[in-house]
Amino acid sequence: MPRLPLNAIEVHEVVKRFGEAAAVGPVTLSVASKTTLALVGPSGSGKSTLLRLMMGLLEPDEGEVRFRGEAVRADDAARRRKMGYVVQGGGLFPHLRAGENATLVARYLGWPRAESAGRLQALASLCRIDEPILGRYPAEISGGERQRVSLMRALMLDPEVLLLDEPLGALDPVTRTDLQHDLRRIFGELGKTVVLVTHDLAEAAFFAHRVALLREGRLLQEGPLDELRRAPASPYVSRFLEALAQRPEPEVAG
Amino acid sequence: MTAPALLALALAASEPAAIRIASKKFTESVLLAEMAAQLAENGGAVVERREELGGTRLVWEALLRGDVDLYPDYTGTLLREILGMAASADEAELGEALSAKGVAVTRSLGFEDSYAIGVRRDVARRLGLRTLSDLGSHPELRLAFTDEFMDRTDGWPALRDRYRLSQRGVRGLDHDIAYRALLGGEIDATDLYSTDAEIDRYDLVVLEDDRHAFPRYRAVFVYRADLERRSPEALAAIRALEGRIAAGAMIAMNARARFDRVPAAEVASAFLAETLGVRAPVSVAGLWTRLLRRTGEHLALVAVSLTLAAAVALPLGIWAARRRRAGRVILGVVGVVQTIPSLALLVFMIPLLGIGARPAVTALALYALLPIVRNTHAGLVGIAPELRESAQALGLPPAARLRLVELPLASPSILAGVKTSAVITVGTATLGALIGAGGYGQPILTGIRLASTSLILEGAVPAALLALAVQGLFDLLERVLVPRGLQAEAPRRESAP
Repeated sequence: MPRLPLNAIEVHEVVKRFGEAAAVGPVTLSVASKTTLALVGPSGSGKSTLLRLMMGLLEPDEGEVRFRGEAVRADDAARRRKMGYVVQGGGLFPHLRAGENATLVARYLGWPRAESAGRLQALASLCRIDEPILGRYPAEISGGERQRVSLMRALMLDPEVLLLDEPLGALDPVTRTDLQHDLRRIFGELGKTVVLVTHDLAEAAFFAHRVALLREGRLLQEGPLDELRRAPASPYVSRFLEALAQRPEPEVAG
Repeated sequence: MTAPALLALALAASEPAAIRIASKKFTESVLLAEMAAQLAENGGAVVERREELGGTRLVWEALLRGDVDLYPDYTGTLLREILGMAASADEAELGEALSAKGVAVTRSLGFEDSYAIGVRRDVARRLGLRTLSDLGSHPELRLAFTDEFMDRTDGWPALRDRYRLSQRGVRGLDHDIAYRALLGGEIDATDLYSTDAEIDRYDLVVLEDDRHAFPRYRAVFVYRADLERRSPEALAAIRALEGRIAAGAMIAMNARARFDRVPAAEVASAFLAETLGVRAPVSVAGLWTRLLRRTGEHLALVAVSLTLAAAVALPLGIWAARRRRAGRVILGVVGVVQTIPSLALLVFMIPLLGIGARPAVTALALYALLPIVRNTHAGLVGIAPELRESAQALGLPPAARLRLVELPLASPSILAGVKTSAVITVGTATLGALIGAGGYGQPILTGIRLASTSLILEGAVPAALLALAVQGLFDLLERVLVPRGLQAEAPRRESAP
């Protein structure tokens, strides 16, 4: 038995409110180093909010998020550079070429040109992006390419963890399957801690060591998918799993 | 030319090096000022002309501030309107009151130009109007006066009180337009100057001031007392005009300038040659020279004020986008500035900054703020949330996010705001002439004064062309400055949430 890995991210009794109602929480959850966790649940269950809390893009109203044992603060730019984040749709800056998007932070940090060019090339081959694509603007490339470039951007500084919000959410089935396989390969090769939000249970099963099922801002159950199937914590868990299992191609929505 | 160079140019225009001779924006004032200027130049002085300033108060303030050294005025105006003294005060009392303010007057130039009320001869005959008292028995008469006359203590208020006039709905009109309205029968009576050439020309009847509502208006030059020390020769040369201009000669000169469209400089020079034997060199600038000079002045006004406005508006817009509450206040205040009538804003600047390019540039810059602040704010606030979030998640600190992501994304909107401001400023800058800033407004002012459409066009056409050119320039700039990725007809991103 290998040693139990340290937790990369710990979410402790976190509550986030928008207006009166609690949007998320209280939630307690941890993500072990070098594992992949999928956040699943119906629309409005708070999965994306939980991801933003982990990233420190939102401040919790109660509780604490810890990254490598340290509290995550919203204004800590240096800590954010240790975490890669990919929003749905890629979030590429339209005024920069694909390559410039990927190297933006490296340029801000003053990396030597050769170093960032080398890194860009390595990432391009890892993420299977052809050289000419890097010279195009986001509006000029396909949705799948945008998603790959966005992943390159997130990986540029070699972050320890990778947070992805529905990375395959809006792609056509062929592109989606391609990218799924590439993503799994990349996660495996790099050995990163990954948290990804998805609607799709098949996708969760494909990528993730563990699955966290959320509903109305509460964590219903967390564990390997088999465990959720075998020993559902509530009738809703089995209903949700069944409903998703019957749908080969889950709906695309935010 | 760079913006700082233009700024230096604009500011240099208000350096006190020469004798600055001003006039108000009616023909007689322009002619008298021109005579003084030619005499001073003939005496070896360097003269700066500040023609056609917006009104008595404005010129007077400029004189007190030292932006103007000398201008023609009338004793009645000084007594009643400026000093608020009794109409019965004599010249000695006037001189004393003025010298307390560091101001002196010459002796009378030889004629009086009184306020008078004129009506068309056929109307006078039909209603039997001969004196101002007769107005009292015709409350149905439609009166319209110049705006200045309406407000001046020696104007309509004095007239109304003295003759107990009961006419209602008295309107304010521009002096030159009032004549046209009078002839066209749209109004029945208006205020005139007794030396106006129009009285004879249009056969108007001047109603006798039988109860002496108006004081005497002897024409004089008003000047800063320190001129006696600074330029005694020039002042002596100007004083040679004392007692030399007869009322008939003044009326004839007004007629030449108004009806024969002879340039003021030529009318003045002809009179000086004939009466004083002074041969002052006259250089009436040709059309292209004038156009070039005014284009320079106008461009400087626009460029400097726009640069100032952008330098202030950009940070304000950024601040407004960052802080919601501060943003509401900023947008509100800047919006209120925009609602101040441009003429009023220009005049507000006078007590603070005097006359000339400096107050004009400041007022124009204030005007140019709103479009830039609003578009900067809108451009920043309108950035898609996932882009804002991506920039944050990348670990860029706020200043770097602003520089590398937010401002480039907002640049099309910001540039559009600057363009709007620039085009508006080209138009508004024509009002700068009213406070002595020159530019395309100068021929427009003169054109209105002389009822000369061609002169008005000489200012209006270049202003319109300049506005188009500015628009074109910014279209080009957009292509250079807006990042290419934002210019392409971007296909809609299929994954937009």
